[in-house]
Amino acid sequence: MRRLVYLLPILLVAALVAVFWRGLDPARDKSALPSALIGQPAPALDLPPLREGDPSFSLAAFKGKPVAVNFFASWCLPCRAEHPLLSRIGDEFGIPVVGIAYKDTAANARGYLAELGDPYAAIGQDESGRAGIEFGLTGVPETYILDGEGIIRYRLAGPISPENFADQLAPEIRAVLQ
Amino acid sequence: MIPELGHYALVLALVMALAQGTLPLIGAQRGIRPWMQLAGPAALAQFAFVAIAFLALVRAFVTSDFSVAIVAQHSHSDMPLLYKISGTWGNHEGSLLLWVLILNIFGALVAALGVNLPPRLKARTLAIQALISVGFLLFLLFTSNPFARLADAPSEGSELNPLLQDPGLALHPPMLYLGYVGFSIVFSFAVAALIDGKIDAAWARWVRPWTLLSWTCLTGGIALGSWWAYYELGWGGWWFWDPVENASFMPWLIGTALLHSALVVEKRDSLKAWTILLSILAFGFSLLGTFLVRSGIITSVHAFADDPTRGVFILILLAIAIGAPLTLFALRAPSLRAGGLFAPISREGAMVMNNLLLATMTATVLLGTLYPLILELFTGKTISVGAPFYSATFGVLALPLLFLMAIGPFLGWKRGDLKGALQRLVAAGIAALGAGAIALWIKLDGPLLAPLALAGAIWLLVGTIIEWAERVKLFRSPWRSALRRARHLPRAAYGMSLAHAGLAIAIIGMTGSAAWKSEQIQVLQIGQSLQLQGYDFKLESIGPARAENYLADRAHFVVTKGGDHVADLYPERRQYLVQPMPTTEAAINSSFLADLYAVIGEPDGKGGWTVRVYHEPLVPWIWFGALTMVVAGFVSLSDRRYRVGAPVKAGGAQSAKVPA
Repeated sequence: MRRLVYLLPILLVAALVAVFWRGLDPARDKSALPSALIGQPAPALDLPPLREGDPSFSLAAFKGKPVAVNFFASWCLPCRAEHPLLSRIGDEFGIPVVGIAYKDTAANARGYLAELGDPYAAIGQDESGRAGIEFGLTGVPETYILDGEGIIRYRLAGPISPENFADQLAPEIRAVLQ
Repeated sequence: MIPELGHYALVLALVMALAQGTLPLIGAQRGIRPWMQLAGPAALAQFAFVAIAFLALVRAFVTSDFSVAIVAQHSHSDMPLLYKISGTWGNHEGSLLLWVLILNIFGALVAALGVNLPPRLKARTLAIQALISVGFLLFLLFTSNPFARLADAPSEGSELNPLLQDPGLALHPPMLYLGYVGFSIVFSFAVAALIDGKIDAAWARWVRPWTLLSWTCLTGGIALGSWWAYYELGWGGWWFWDPVENASFMPWLIGTALLHSALVVEKRDSLKAWTILLSILAFGFSLLGTFLVRSGIITSVHAFADDPTRGVFILILLAIAIGAPLTLFALRAPSLRAGGLFAPISREGAMVMNNLLLATMTATVLLGTLYPLILELFTGKTISVGAPFYSATFGVLALPLLFLMAIGPFLGWKRGDLKGALQRLVAAGIAALGAGAIALWIKLDGPLLAPLALAGAIWLLVGTIIEWAERVKLFRSPWRSALRRARHLPRAAYGMSLAHAGLAIAIIGMTGSAAWKSEQIQVLQIGQSLQLQGYDFKLESIGPARAENYLADRAHFVVTKGGDHVADLYPERRQYLVQPMPTTEAAINSSFLADLYAVIGEPDGKGGWTVRVYHEPLVPWIWFGALTMVVAGFVSLSDRRYRVGAPVKAGGAQSAKVPA
């Protein structure tokens, strides 16, 4: 029994190493989790606008052309990291990027955009996180590509990086645009 | 030519490390003296080779040799010299070389200063240190060669990430690594002692100064990183419970526990197995941190290299480096006999509580850091763990620790007098209740943890002062004799008092800023102003500014309170020329009680600018407290009885009490 106590540290470390080993599996792509909603129509969100003076936010307003939906929050660190890349979606493909401020107070979300710049065509405010549930959000940031019919064609979970922008996001947008 | 020289020096260092890691170990086992004596010179030679390689890389950065791949990726000829130099460790390969360099500095220090060490212990310690070095040199040479050349050297480099171009961040990695990697030598001492099977008071005395040195550097490194995040990221926070911050915090917690438990080994010949375990784990957590940062396994702002092959390599390294000693531990530790009996209410009893709490706190942080990964692997869900989790667990555990920290120093070894200790702390108790009441009065509806933490910190601060006053018999004897006592108090005693007081001060700052911070965001035209906490921030002007490698919009705020001028603030919004990435440069005015913090955002196109200002109560206390702890570490290290590497032989002049 006493011996078992001294074995405990090595057993714990062995378990941890096993977990890390699984975590390093190259097949585990952190950003491409399967989403049950791919190929399904996007939920028709109707949310209060984040920006004062904007009309009420509705995804239906963007029907007819592809659109990128980005969930963000001021309390989310990776969101800051991906922020400069959001405007590239509009610049390079000419499609609007709409933002949804997930589980965030309006004041904080506005402050966040005031500080980093506002790349969004429209912003819905999702303080309760309902829109996140409807989209099956797993965390922030998360970016969805919708086609002209409002069907979800692609989901990128986690922050956009220069690498996954080039390898994943850009080809997917191109495919939707064709 | 010089980069090739550096590369070659690394290969020679590897050969040297292989010799140093094997021959002395065999020599110590079979009693072959010359083989054991090889360890010292080999450690010095290995250090020299790694230093040559490091200097060669620094030279490549300083001379902007863009034929070297990492220089082309992370430097630019227009960058100020300081950032050219700090660019050396502002990337995966270079920082890894710095890691190996520091590993070797510690090996060389033990080789050079450890003249009094028993030859067997010294040979084994240096051999273990060399084996760690072998692992990292292989990693460096095979997966992350810093000297890799480009076939077509670009005429200009692509610049160091603008966020990293900052004096605070130039110093943060070397300081942090000194702490992180410094635990390697403690680890080597522990493994050598396990092979030896002998752990006694003398061993603890040899190990403590190294633990203290590492702990001190780690404290400084963490504080520098936090300070940098505070003024550079521009959102007024100083700690985010980011996985990588946690990775540096866990070795700190374990190192703190180790500092105290090694003292129990030294004084009471007890807690041996536990102390060995902590010595292994302190470095183990350093390796875990290295793994988390460099494997890309966890999403973090700090992530260096998102390369699975590197991740696999470090994971194997980690499994061997921690697995082998822990296996040895499982075999050998049960036979380590504890010396004296243990009374629960005693100095050593208090240290056991301290260790239990610190170990639990470490486990909490580890759980919070890895839980998202584990959950994702087993259920496919991704979540993130944030501040609420840590304040509910870590914060709550910290309170009893603060409570005990003030009492511990009043308890004697073997048998303490709890009632007497508490009686002497009456003044601290009154001060703590007062502070808690004031905190509640300032903000009644805030989180309850804030007044409790503030009361705990004041309790510790006043308790520490009382303890010092009692030692020198302040007010109880003529002041002249009190002064003489104060002068003759061992430096280590001052170290303890300063470290405890520093922590109390830092916690006051953390509590103040976490609980009472306020902010205001508004769009301002030139000439308009906004109000926050009775301060008036007037936007005087915004104009262009430029430096060697960036353009900026610089705002000028005049801050007044009740019409009196308080400060001028000049926040900037910078656009670096090579990497088109806007960064904010906060302007901060510090006073005794609070920081005033201003950031400018984007123009709204109609002549207005988004402005964000913060009132950050007590933040300067965090930095002052951390600085006090670092000073405490060095004061303690300067104690004659702890001269690094040259300890007095057991049974020497050890009559004076050495506190933690």
